[in-house]
Formats: sequence, C-alpha cells, structure tokens
Amino acid sequence: MSLFSFTRKKQPKSAQTAKDRLQILLAHERSSSGAAEADYLPMLQRDIVAAIRKYVPIGDTDVDVRMERGDQMSSLEINIDLPRIGKSKDS
Amino acid sequence: MTTEPKKNPPLGRVIVITSGKGGVGKTTSSAAISAGLAKQGFKTVVIDFDVGLRNLDMTMGCERRVVFDFINVIQGDAKLKQALIKDKRVDTLFILPTSQTRDKDALTKEGVDKVLTELRAEFDYIICDSPAGIEHGAQMAMYFADEAVVVTNPEVSSVRDSDRVLGLLSSQTKRAETEGSDPIKAQVLITRYDETRVENGEMMTVEDVLEILAVPLLGVVPESKAILKASNVGTPVVLDGPSAAAQAYEDAVSRLTGKEVEMRIQGERRAGLFKRLFGRAS
Ligand SMILES: Nc1ncnc2c1ncn2[C@@H]1O[C@H](COP(=O)(O)OP(=O)(O)OP(=O)(O)O)[C@@H](O)[C@H]1O
Ligand SMILES: [Mg+2]
Repeated sequence: MSLFSFTRKKQPKSAQTAKDRLQILLAHERSSSGAAEADYLPMLQRDIVAAIRKYVPIGDTDVDVRMERGDQMSSLEINIDLPRIGKSKDS
Repeated sequence: MTTEPKKNPPLGRVIVITSGKGGVGKTTSSAAISAGLAKQGFKTVVIDFDVGLRNLDMTMGCERRVVFDFINVIQGDAKLKQALIKDKRVDTLFILPTSQTRDKDALTKEGVDKVLTELRAEFDYIICDSPAGIEHGAQMAMYFADEAVVVTNPEVSSVRDSDRVLGLLSSQTKRAETEGSDPIKAQVLITRYDETRVENGEMMTVEDVLEILAVPLLGVVPESKAILKASNVGTPVVLDGPSAAAQAYEDAVSRLTGKEVEMRIQGERRAGLFKRLFGRAS
C-alpha cells in the first residue's frame, strides 16, 4: 500500500480535467442541437407518458428523463415508475 | 409529494448563501456546505439562483446531466422531482440547477415560494446559492430564508457589501415582514483569508471584520489551492480529500447544525486566541 502511494501514477492534473469538462460542455452548448435539446426533452417525456398510459395508469411524474452528455455520444436514461397492486413501496 | 418521510419529519430549513459583492465565494461555499451537510446524513438540496449564468452545476460536477431546471419548474414545464439531480457521490445530496437562457425576472416570488414549500417537506436543508448584487435575483434567493450565511472576504468593498446585505436580510425578507416571526439568523463566513497577509498587516483580521459587521462568525475559510483544484474537477471541496479549506467548511457545517466546534484557522495555529475570542460565542 505505502509503496504504491510513492509511485505516482499518471493521474490527470486537475487543470486538464477542467479543460476537458469545459470542452465537452461548451461543444453541447454552442451546437444548435444544444438549444434544441431543451425543447424536445419535455415533449419526449409527455409522449412517453401518453404511450405508457395506453396500457398502465401512471401519473405525470412517473416518467423520469435523465440525460448525460458525453464527448462522443450522449445517453438518455428513462425511468418509469409502474404502479403496483396493493401497498405502494417507496424507493 | 411521492415519498413519505420514513424517519423524522425533515427539518426543512432554508439557508441563503449571499454576499452582495461578486466573486467572493458564494458558489464555492454553497457547494461545500451542501455537500458537508449531506455527508453528515442530512437530506440536502442546493439551488442555483444565479439565473442566466449557471455556475453551480460545474462546481458540483453535474453539468452534463442537466435536463430541466429551476425555471422550468417555476413555469410549470417540469415537475420538481424531474429537475432535481441526484449527486453521484453522496446519496442524500441533490442539485437544482438554474436556467442559462432565461433572465432573473423569471424568478417570481410565488414560483420560488411554491418550489421551496415543496422542498421543505422533503429536505432537511435547502441551500440557496444567491447571485451577486442586491437586485431581484439576490432578493428572491434571500426572501424565504430561515438563515443566512453572508460570505465575506477581508477586504473593504466586500465588507461594505456584506453590511448592506445584512440590512436587506433584516428588512426585505419574509421573516422581517411577518409580525411575530423570528428574524433571519445571519452569520458571517469569512473566506479567502490569508494569514500571512494578515500578519503583515495587509489584510483585515477576523476580529476587524466582526467588529464592523457585528454578527456571529460561522467560520473562516483560508485562501487555498484546494479550492481551485476542487472546482477544476467538479467536486465540492469537502468531498475532495483533506485540506485546510475542507476542514474549515466541515467545521462551519457542524456549527450550522448546532454543534459547538472550536474556531480554528488553518489547523492549530492561533487556536488559543480564537478560542478565547469566539469559542463560546453563538
Ligand atoms: N478559499 C478560497 N481560496 C481560493 N480561491 C477561492 C476561495 N474561495 C473561492 N475561491 C475562488 O474565487 C472564485 C470565485 O468563487 P465563487 O464562484 O464561489 O464566487 P461567487 O461569490 O459565487 O461568485 P459570483 O458572485 O460570480 O456568483 C473562484 O475562482 C473560486 O475558485
Ligand atoms: Mg456564484
């Protein structure tokens, strides 16, 4: 343990991390899709709620849309709380 | 609305981090204090009131995960639950980011009230990161507060602005306007304190600042390289390994929660003096 703490790994310097974070963020903010994102996410969420409701009764807040913007790609995470029969359980 | 509190009812305390002057360390302190409270097990949310600029998300390191924001919630475009970002490091910590495209007028008193009321029912601490200045945005951030942390640098214009903000806290807030309610509990957090410069007589001492402002001291955060490093990597300083600044914030957080912690600056130096001066204060 103590031996390894002396051999400094090529841990990235924090300034480089700062630059990387800014480059990814600003690339999203500057692109036209960055501005459009804000518009389509609420609509996407509404559509998903409507689609699920055809089959299961769910509330407006039971669909949770999360996004993680990445360097090469972004990921969209959609969580849907389905009602359960009987006693409801909290997460 | 969806989760019933399982243990005790949440404390529901709203604390504004404010200063008047810009760039004194409000956002840094909001991040550190909220993370510190969450680390102690309190369910905590930190809200960015700096509409149009949005810096808290970067300081907290969640900038890539913002979907909805505070203004979306106020304007009814999103539910609160959807806009809250859960911190990946501390599971009792949440961030409510602000909008980058709207301006401060989007913060209506009714809207802010509604959001804060909903948060009070779920959270122990609600930390409001105020914008600089004493205009609408700053007033909205402080209006519903139960407590205030006035971030002050030991420097003339910062102390002067803090004094103005203390005046606003005691006159232009809900607690000030509501008869029979206790005034906002305001405390000063001195940041960017440079002991060497104080010793050389180039910087006002903690005592000097307190003598002028005449409010209790929450803590003294030294000028520290750890702060820049933490902001580079998007980690509140109290979650980024040991440092004098992190220790100072941890102590301030403990005091906020009502614990008595000896006032110390950069470790043990001058602890005796500060213990004598402020040890029993508050
Ligand atoms: N104790 C400290 N030691 C060194 N640097 C610090 C310290 N506190 C804050 N800073 C630095 O000061 C700058 C301003 O800090 P911060 O953004 O927290 O201030 P602010 O009051 O929120 O600013 P604004 O009024 O623009 O919202 C940042 O670069 C931050 O890293
Ligand atoms: Mg700020």
